[in-house]
Amino acid sequence: MRAFVREASKVVVIPGMNCDTDQIIPGRFLKSDRAQGYGQYLFHDIRRTSAGALDEAFPLNQAGAETATILLVEDNFGCGSSREGAVYALVDHGIRAVIGPSFGDIFYNNALKNGLLPVRLNPEICRALADHLAHAKDGEVVVDLQASEVVLPGNLGTHPVVIDAFARDCILRGLDEIDMTFTFMEQIQDFEAKRLASHPWLDR
Amino acid sequence: MKAASDAPRTLLGKIWDEHEILRHPSGPSLLYIDRDMIHEGSFHAFADLKARGLKPRRPKQIFGVADHYVPTRGRTAQDAATPAIARMIETFDENMQWGGVRHFSLSDRRQGIVHVVAPEQGITLPGLTLVCSDSHTSTQGALGSIAFGIGQSENAHVLATQTLWQLRPKVMRVTIDGVLAEGVTAKDVMLALIAKIGAAGAGGYAIEFAGSVVRGLSIEGRLTLCNMSIEAAARFGMVAPDETTFAYVRGRHYAPSEQEWEGAVAYWRTLASDEGAFFDREVHLDAAEIAPMVTWGTSPEDAVAIDGLVPDPARFDSVDRRKSAQKSLDYMGLKPGMALQGLALDKVFIGSCTNSRIEDLRSAAAMIKGRKAVIPSIIVPGSTQVREQAEAEGLATLFRDAGFEWRESGCSMCAAINGDVIGPGERCASTSNRNFVGRQGPGARTHLVSPAMAAAAAVTGCLTDIRRNGGGLS
Repeated sequence: MRAFVREASKVVVIPGMNCDTDQIIPGRFLKSDRAQGYGQYLFHDIRRTSAGALDEAFPLNQAGAETATILLVEDNFGCGSSREGAVYALVDHGIRAVIGPSFGDIFYNNALKNGLLPVRLNPEICRALADHLAHAKDGEVVVDLQASEVVLPGNLGTHPVVIDAFARDCILRGLDEIDMTFTFMEQIQDFEAKRLASHPWLDR
Repeated sequence: MKAASDAPRTLLGKIWDEHEILRHPSGPSLLYIDRDMIHEGSFHAFADLKARGLKPRRPKQIFGVADHYVPTRGRTAQDAATPAIARMIETFDENMQWGGVRHFSLSDRRQGIVHVVAPEQGITLPGLTLVCSDSHTSTQGALGSIAFGIGQSENAHVLATQTLWQLRPKVMRVTIDGVLAEGVTAKDVMLALIAKIGAAGAGGYAIEFAGSVVRGLSIEGRLTLCNMSIEAAARFGMVAPDETTFAYVRGRHYAPSEQEWEGAVAYWRTLASDEGAFFDREVHLDAAEIAPMVTWGTSPEDAVAIDGLVPDPARFDSVDRRKSAQKSLDYMGLKPGMALQGLALDKVFIGSCTNSRIEDLRSAAAMIKGRKAVIPSIIVPGSTQVREQAEAEGLATLFRDAGFEWRESGCSMCAAINGDVIGPGERCASTSNRNFVGRQGPGARTHLVSPAMAAAAAVTGCLTDIRRNGGGLS
């Protein structure tokens, strides 16, 4: 997994509460091999007009958005389906961090496993950042996980990144979780032997 | 396993403690995972294993079932809507064979939607930890297990180690007391709950459902409750196992044998939350206040009673909420103040892991009362066994005679990735769980309802209050 240490970038604001993973990547694209790249499917339907052309009003289609690596989103971003394709689409598009008031729990975990940092900031700060960016769209945000802080543009200040220590350590080091868990295999096997002995129907 | 603490514990706490192999100094538990359910969408996890040179570590504890991409008009991959969809079904079979994983292919009599099949086969049991790379895995907590949806990275981790690193969620107890009125179902309870607490309302929580209504519900009804927990952002829904649960589980194929039965039940009886156990949040619903519900927007929280009106976005309390509601109404082609009852529909879908079990089909059948579907209406049973049971009970004949299409089992128009879709701009009354923009097909407009409400809508052609005139029967 690609480590996340620090990212400084312009920010694209994605509007809408409860932006579910069907909006991030419609289900019909989930058949694709990862090798083909999922970036092409990011926000596929909501960034296009009903005729299929890119909608200039959608923030990701505006000039300068293509180089941004940080998104600002609204409450409950990534709710709904567990599809990890939503995270693949963001990562393959080049997004490295998503800032918002809250995230769907499964999306949040999926993001962490792919080197994409979800950053929870309180709703008032998110709203203030969105208001600021509406007038100063080139404003830069710095997400510094090493320092556990987010530096916002203008006079919006510096805020702590609240993340559990385990997840922070994994993504900061780009740790492969499966390899790490293998180091506990002896304890897993001991536990398993007892569990299967007391619940033999699990072993049929 | 560690010594049980004397402090009162919740249902979740007890099962969690029982499965905690160790706790990392930085917080999360390494949980033992008893069962992992696989479907066609799990192919990324298998690709990950292959790239690492690994195989599923405990294939006996993994079960596969084809559901998301399967055709509902035939039982071979060649019946799939497109060659690319057929390939998904074939890849699933290949991966299952490669991994030595027991699986129920398209043509198997045990096939169906994973969250219908797992309880049906006794794969889901009280006290287990069960995962599946599908958000509606919360469904299976209805039997008193910790069951939750995961992504493909976590799925690969389970396949490789039979464990997961997880932070223990907070627990919200939702108590539903009183008596549900005629025509009000578990689906309506969940839509009422989500409307009350919001689509983000239970983020970070497991929901434990309690109260007299929950005790009185069948397993089918409890599965519906837990299924939609995820639509309130709770990754886990749970109901303490009781006599109803034990009677349901007994004799199922992968359940404890008759020789093991008494011991298993004795343990399961200890799982209910202790008197005085701490809940991080308590929510109460009065059953008498719940009406048959319908959604008007593009989030499951956008739900009102069927005799209610489309709300005015200007009256919502936050700017974000006002904007989102207006966008929903534009997408849905609705105006503030419109009555939902009587709204003309184009399609009806009865199916999905929310509402496709035998009880759901009986409830839909009871609304037909000799009438005919006046709009295209399809019924997709949750499993091949449910389909066979419905045929044996005469429900299939009743549906066919009433002009409904009676299909083979699968996720169909809920996930809408097998080729079964609603057309752009078309309005559908659906017993599924998500009314998201484009969920049932690009431009499709979804109104979530119960099976009885969907059946009444099929025979009247519009959203109909089933409490009146026998469901629109004049």
